[in-house]
Formats: sequence, C-alpha cells, structure tokens
Amino acid sequence: MNPFQRVGAALMAPPVVGAGFTMHLGLAALARISHIPKRRRPLLDQMHLCGIKSLHVVLFVNFFIGMILALQLGFELARYGQQEAVGLAVSVAMVREMAPMMTAVVLAASVASAMAAELGTMRVQEEVTALEVMSVDVYSYLVAPRVLALTLIAPMLTTLSAIVGILGGGLIAYSQLGLDFHGYLRASLEALSDNSFFGVPRGLYTGLMKAMIFGFTISVIGCSNGLRATHGASGVGNSTRAAVRNSIIMIIVLNFFLGKIIYQ
Amino acid sequence: MIKLEGVKKAFGTQQVLDGVDFHVPEGHSLVIMGPSGSGKSVILKHIIGLLNADAGRVSVMGKNVAELDRSGLRELRRDMGYLFQHSALINWLSVFDNLALPLRETTKMSNSEIRARVMHVLDLVQLSAAENKLPSEISGGMQKRVGLARALVTEPNIILYDEPEAGLDPEMSASVSHMMRELKEEHGMTSVTVTHSVSCALTVADTLAVFEKGRFLISGPPTEVLNSKHERVREFLGAQLD
Ligand SMILES: Nc1ncnc2c1ncn2[C@@H]1O[C@H](COP(=O)(O)OP(=O)(O)OP(=O)(O)O)[C@@H](O)[C@H]1O
Ligand SMILES: [Mg+2]
Repeated sequence: MNPFQRVGAALMAPPVVGAGFTMHLGLAALARISHIPKRRRPLLDQMHLCGIKSLHVVLFVNFFIGMILALQLGFELARYGQQEAVGLAVSVAMVREMAPMMTAVVLAASVASAMAAELGTMRVQEEVTALEVMSVDVYSYLVAPRVLALTLIAPMLTTLSAIVGILGGGLIAYSQLGLDFHGYLRASLEALSDNSFFGVPRGLYTGLMKAMIFGFTISVIGCSNGLRATHGASGVGNSTRAAVRNSIIMIIVLNFFLGKIIYQ
Repeated sequence: MIKLEGVKKAFGTQQVLDGVDFHVPEGHSLVIMGPSGSGKSVILKHIIGLLNADAGRVSVMGKNVAELDRSGLRELRRDMGYLFQHSALINWLSVFDNLALPLRETTKMSNSEIRARVMHVLDLVQLSAAENKLPSEISGGMQKRVGLARALVTEPNIILYDEPEAGLDPEMSASVSHMMRELKEEHGMTSVTVTHSVSCALTVADTLAVFEKGRFLISGPPTEVLNSKHERVREFLGAQLD
C-alpha cells in the first residue's frame, strides 16, 4: 500500500482509498514519462483512438456552443447597440472556457469511459494480474501511454474546438445579427492578441494549459477506475460510470480553481 | 523450495484457508485436488504473492513472500511461471505477442532470440500455426495451452499450474500431463498443480494432497492417497475412479 492508500484505509472510507489510488496513479504515470520512447506504438495507438475517434463529436458540439454564445450574447449586446462586440465576447468565452471545458466533457464521456471499461475488463479477467505475475510494470505498460496520449490530444482538440466555435459564432453573427463576417473575425482575433506572452496570446495558452490538465485528469481517473474494477461485468459497468461521473465533477471543479489562479 | 506453515486466509466472514501446511522440495511436484470453490486457486495466489495470508508464513526459495517489497517480489516472480485457470491472455495481443511480452518487458533478449524462444514453446504446446491469431480467435482449450506456453516462456524454476487440463480433449490433456512430467524430469522443475483430473494427478504428482474446508485432508504418494481408507477422500476421489 502506498501512503495515500494507508491514510485511506485508516479512515475506513473506500472513496478516500479510491482517491488516494487515483493520485498515486497520476504520480506513477508522471514518474514513467521517461519510458515513453519504448512505448511509442501504444502511445500513437492511444492518440489515434482518443483523438481521431472523438474529433467529430468534439467539433460538432463546439460549433453549436459557438452558435449558442453568439445568439445569446448578440441579442443582449444589440440592445445596447454593441453587437460589434460579439466577436470579442465569443472568442474570449470559447478560448478561455467553453472549448477546454466542453472538449473535456466530451472526452470524459467517450475516452474516460472507454479506458475504464477496457482496463476494468482486463482487471476482472485477471489480465492485469497476469501482467503483475510476469513482472510487467502495469503503470508503464498500460497507464503511461494512455495518460500521455490524452494529455497531448486534449489541447490539440481544444484548439480545433475554439476555431470551430468562433466560426459557429460567426455564422450566427452574419445570419442573425446582420454583422459583417470579416469584421467579426477581426474582432475575435484582436480580442486574443491582447496581452500576448512570447507571441502566444495569453487567452490561448491558458486555455491550452487547462486542456492539458483536463486531459491528464480524465485519463488518470479513467485508468484508476478501470484498474479498481471488481466483481465481473457489473463491476466494469460501475467503474465506467464512476469514471465518467468523477471526471466531469473534477473538470468543473478544476475549471473554477484554475480560472481563479490564472486570471486573478 | 516452497513452504507454507499454518497459513490462514479469510474473505469477509468466509474462512477459505484454515491452517495450510506443506513443503515442496526442489524438483518435486505437489498436486492438489479438492472440491470447486474450496480455495485451491487461493493457495496458488499466496505462493506467488498475489494474496497475503492473515496468519502463518509462505516462503519460496527461503524468502518470506509477505515481507518482500515490490522489487523483491519482481525478482522472485522472474523465477516463477503461473498458468491461470482462465488463461488470462492479453486480449489485444496476438498469441505470439502474448508470449513475447514477458521477454520484451523483463529481459534484454534480442528480437531474434525472442522469436526463437517463443516458437519453441509454441511448438511444445502444438500451436505454432496459431501465432498470429488473437486470443478471441482461438478456442478455450487453445487459449489454455497458450497460457501454459506463456508460463514456460521465461524458463522458470518453479511453475504453478491452475487446472492445466481443464477444457482440453482427452488426448491433448494426456499430452499436456506428459509434458509437465518431462519438464520436471528433464529440467528439474518444481511445481504445484491444481487439478480435477485423477489421471493428470497420477502422471504428474510426487505428492498428492486433497484439500477441503480450508485444510488438507490427506497428503502423500499418489497411490497411497488413492487407496486411502479416509472416508471423505474415498468419497471425493471415488466419483472419478469408478
Ligand atoms: N479475491 C477474492 N475476494 C473474495 N473472495 C474470494 C477471492 N478469491 C477467492 N474468493 C473466494 O474464495 C473461495 C475459494 O476460491 P478459489 O478460486 O480458490 O476456489 P477453487 O478451489 O480454485 O475452485 P475451482 O475449482 O472452482 O477453481 C471462493 O468461495 C471464492 O468466492
Ligand atoms: Mg480455481
């Protein structure tokens, strides 16, 4: 037992033991970053799996988020004759908040669940035990490639999401608010070029940093729930459900605190 | 080489092992028989350090398994092979990759050495033709033999077989039993086997033990055990001997 688990066991609370294991797993995955060169294949496989396979959903959702933002903000701003500012509002909201968060939520539903189900099935069919018996480092072999893959993929998907969201907002700005599309785009880009940090707009890199943290969190929670699965198929179902629920809770809580730290 | 002294283990209120004692010297083969659900697999899991005893002591090659840290356990397991009751092959790796995995992960062997070793053990279990198939594409009996090959591929000194004959046809089952015997006689392998098959037990065992309700009812040379006057032992084995 690692120290976190021991504290948990002392408190006799399974959720605390679970959280302890999840933290331990996160640290263990980070400690094995140096193994990645020999894990290139599984890393690329995982990136393909969580990147390409969630891409269409992520883009679809964020296009609509951009449209929703433009619609709601546009009508309010129009009441004060400020509809020109809709580009600024949409791009700031997308890049800082909505793209990282909505992408993370979609990834939690699609990737964290898949990781929990896959590792959970391996756990209950004793495949994970077999790896332990063969002295294969489970954290290095199963966890590290999954965690790194999602940590890298999440910011990439988030970037695309932000672009698509801004375009979605543009469509509404043009068709519903009667704005000039080029003017809208110029306003959104200007909003981002503010406050740049070594040439990278502040809004962009903080959004991407959040996305990386979300990707890391989601994958660690997915793997942790999978590896803790017990009791056959229903156990795998439970761990999948817990993985999605816990990742979404963590994304939202983390989003608040990260926002507070970054923008204060 | 493998020694259990007064080992007890309970899951919740269920006392699965209630004082298990045995000693398997080097090059010796112990076969354990007993009713389903009595805790035979649990005994094997104690020997390889997957479960820890509530009381008593499990030692393998002079080391107390419960006291080993992660690297000590890794060291010990390198010398051990484990055939899982349900094969436990990695579902997304081909048969070849399943067998190559422990060699790739824990040794510095070259690819050609790995290939040679894997093809050799696959040949032993007569599955050379299945090297590129996924576990889901082969039958349960074939999976069992791949599991056996995987347990052998690292050339361990100690091997734990959990129902090696389960799911195999009579001919294949006999051939696996003979292979197990050969490994013992030619390579001096030490083994603990759990089985439901008397003929497998007779082929493989130096010592046969019958396990029920957390304890060994009897243990000794196989012929002695089969001819024992112990009522419960006769009852249990009799069903198969008739
Ligand atoms: N990890 C565990 N947690 C809780 N109970 C367990 C665990 N492992 C085994 N048991 C219980 O211990 C008992 C013995 O299980 P075991 O798998 O050793 O039986 P077995 O003798 O190998 O039976 P079979 O011949 O059917 O394989 C069973 O009642 C099982 O429910
Ligand atoms: Mg069993």
